[in-house]
Amino acid sequence: MAQFDLNDDSLVVIVGSGAGGGTLGNELAQKGIKTVILEAGSRNETSDFVNDEWESFAQLAWTDMRTTSGSWRVARDFANLPAWIVKSVGGSTVHWAGASLRFEPHEFQIKSTYGGLDGANLLDWPITRAELDPWYEKAEHKMGVTRTNGIPGLPGNNNFKVMEAGARKLGYKEVHTGRMAINSQPRDGRGSCQQIGFCFQGCKSGAKWSTLVSEIPKGEATGNLEVRPDSHVLKIEHDQTGKVTGVVYVDGEGKTQRQKARVVAVAGNSIESPRLLLNSASSMYPDGLANSSGQVGRNYLRHMTGSVYGIFEKPVHMYRGTTMAGIIRDEAVHDPKRGFMGGYEMETISLGIPFMAAFLNPGAWGRTFTASMEAYPRMAGMWLIGEDMPQETNRITLDPVAKDKHGMPVASVHYDDHPNDVAMRDHAYRQGAAIYQAVGATVTLPTTPYPSTHNMGTNRMSEKPRDGVLNKFGQTHDIKNLFVSDGSQFTSGAACNPTLTIVSLAIRQADHIATRMQSRDI
Amino acid sequence: MRVIDPRSRYSRRTFLKGAASAAPAAAIAAGTGLSITDAWAEDGQALTAPQLKTLVKMARDVYPHDFIGDVYYITAIKPWDKKAAGDAAVKAMLVDGVKRLDSDAHDRFKTTYVDVPWEVDRVTLLQGIEHTDFFGKIRADLVVSLYNQHELWPKFGYEGSSAEYGGYINRGFNDIDWLPKV
Ligand SMILES: Cc1cc2nc3c(=O)[nH]c(=O)nc-3n(C[C@H](O)[C@H](O)[C@H](O)COP(=O)(O)OP(=O)(O)OC[C@H]3O[C@@H](n4cnc5c(N)ncnc54)[C@H](O)[C@@H]3O)c2cc1C
Ligand code: SF4
Repeated sequence: MAQFDLNDDSLVVIVGSGAGGGTLGNELAQKGIKTVILEAGSRNETSDFVNDEWESFAQLAWTDMRTTSGSWRVARDFANLPAWIVKSVGGSTVHWAGASLRFEPHEFQIKSTYGGLDGANLLDWPITRAELDPWYEKAEHKMGVTRTNGIPGLPGNNNFKVMEAGARKLGYKEVHTGRMAINSQPRDGRGSCQQIGFCFQGCKSGAKWSTLVSEIPKGEATGNLEVRPDSHVLKIEHDQTGKVTGVVYVDGEGKTQRQKARVVAVAGNSIESPRLLLNSASSMYPDGLANSSGQVGRNYLRHMTGSVYGIFEKPVHMYRGTTMAGIIRDEAVHDPKRGFMGGYEMETISLGIPFMAAFLNPGAWGRTFTASMEAYPRMAGMWLIGEDMPQETNRITLDPVAKDKHGMPVASVHYDDHPNDVAMRDHAYRQGAAIYQAVGATVTLPTTPYPSTHNMGTNRMSEKPRDGVLNKFGQTHDIKNLFVSDGSQFTSGAACNPTLTIVSLAIRQADHIATRMQSRDI
Repeated sequence: MRVIDPRSRYSRRTFLKGAASAAPAAAIAAGTGLSITDAWAEDGQALTAPQLKTLVKMARDVYPHDFIGDVYYITAIKPWDKKAAGDAAVKAMLVDGVKRLDSDAHDRFKTTYVDVPWEVDRVTLLQGIEHTDFFGKIRADLVVSLYNQHELWPKFGYEGSSAEYGGYINRGFNDIDWLPKV
């Protein structure tokens, strides 16, 4: 395995090993480019994972302090846990459920499609679906997405069957077990899904794609990729010309290190990436790196989200089997007649007893709550995920007071629902309840959004430098050897899960970086 | 469909970390059906037996599950005694909280909290302190320390860890048999 020198200034240095960073690292390594990934979390492998929600949370989740504000209920119920994301090698792909969908063409052009919307900061992406399609194809092939590349769909579990039956009764047409980056048959050196049901806790069978089990070992095998765990990056440095020169990080022993770089790519997730750019402010860049537009940290997106659980007379055992292999896509269209812009998907979800208690109705107590808990084996569940509207004031800032153990100001996350988000959620709650009622639900529970699992938009791409942070390759408008490679690149969030798009963009970005390095442009 | 045997079976990793210290008491009690009274004849490290009993009663009133014995609530509450022993502020919060509950109970029902006979009346008292730090902390802790007890899961129809049994691929992931045909 490669091990590079701290003073080697020919390297590409990537911050974060998740969907964006892990993929970029492997792609560059395959092209012969020497790359170091600095990852704040530890290296937990497949055999280390535990089928236990809280224990796994303690093992994998990002639990460093964050602060919150805004009208979203998460700020009240989980003031220091705005997001559920991973701090471990592989990033949030260790926790993710595997749902892998392409954006619809109009979702790259929301300003043109939705027009003006009060309070929203809509912008078209600088790329189109047609431009991204070849990269989507590569990503689907790499990740082994079911229902693409001739890979069969996963079998439906009980939770899916309930949702499917209700959906058919309501007349929904596009209902299936999803496009999932989970092996329905052995592929790419990994076995097939054993229906373990702990996809959110790290897949113990290796059937689920993650950068931990796929990209990173492949990259390491080339001898061009080094992954340094327990390495928390505090600051990106630059020279007098304004070009970035390397990063300062704290290693596993608590020692401060300086890693030189030819190119730096930030992929710390949409909360940490803007935090790092803002924390790297200097006399030359007083508002933080790459922030001449003032858009770093703004337009934070987390999807509309919510869940509906239905309680039935007879058992469902929703927790058995793949957590999210089930989708209804009929509402994922743009149809303003419903009273909102954009659309949403309904996807199966299940939580175990410990998480159900914590997230079903945070803060609730008494018999209404415990009656729901006692109905657990007779419950079916779906997650609602729709496009939320970008707003400038939904943003990540550096907390003026709170600091982490390295003395770095923590990220403060502000989020207010846009009226469009609220109207969409209400519609989705009604449809979700109707689906379960159609097959005999006696009670339905419209459940409030969980801490954010989909974090996007805080360093958005834009055609014009004044509207955003990045160009269409994720290269910062301001500094040509500084890139952003994670979900924070998103100009808008679409109605579907983000990771396939993050991976597609990372593959495309690797090509761009390689070409520009070859032409000695960076 | 394969349904679940709700009887507890002892698992390897018994209790959550926070409650681990209380495991032996609860483990013994679980087998014998001990009640609050038997388990806490004596004072704890920092809290008196009546104070602990009040907290356990409160725990049941916050998350009432009639099919589970007091032992699970005791297990959930017991770590507070240790925390109180190590932290004067925690102890003051608990002592004052219990005192407040008892004094509200005296004002309204002329008896202590644990002796108010109807749950709905005790719930009224809890609603009166719902916004206090005391109630908030007890509830937030309880939602983990109660529902994370592995022994409880089968009673709620949840099977817990499945990887060691080969997942559900041959154990009923798709065995639902009552849905209408579509
Ligand atoms: C429970 C759950 C289920 C999900 N299900 C799905 C799904 O079905 N489909 C889907 O598309 N998406 C899903 N997601 C979302 C998906 O996981 C994320 O969108 C995706 O992983 C984000 O990629 P990223 O590269 O932006 O960041 P991440 O994957 O989060 O990676 C960021 C990494 O950077 C590291 N890091 C951060 N700051 C620093 C620093 N300063 N120095 C060093 N390292 C740092 C972090 O520790 C982390 O490992 C799910 C997420 C969760 C939590
Ligand atoms: S259900 Fe399948 S994908 Fe999910 S954890 Fe189990 S084996 Fe992995």
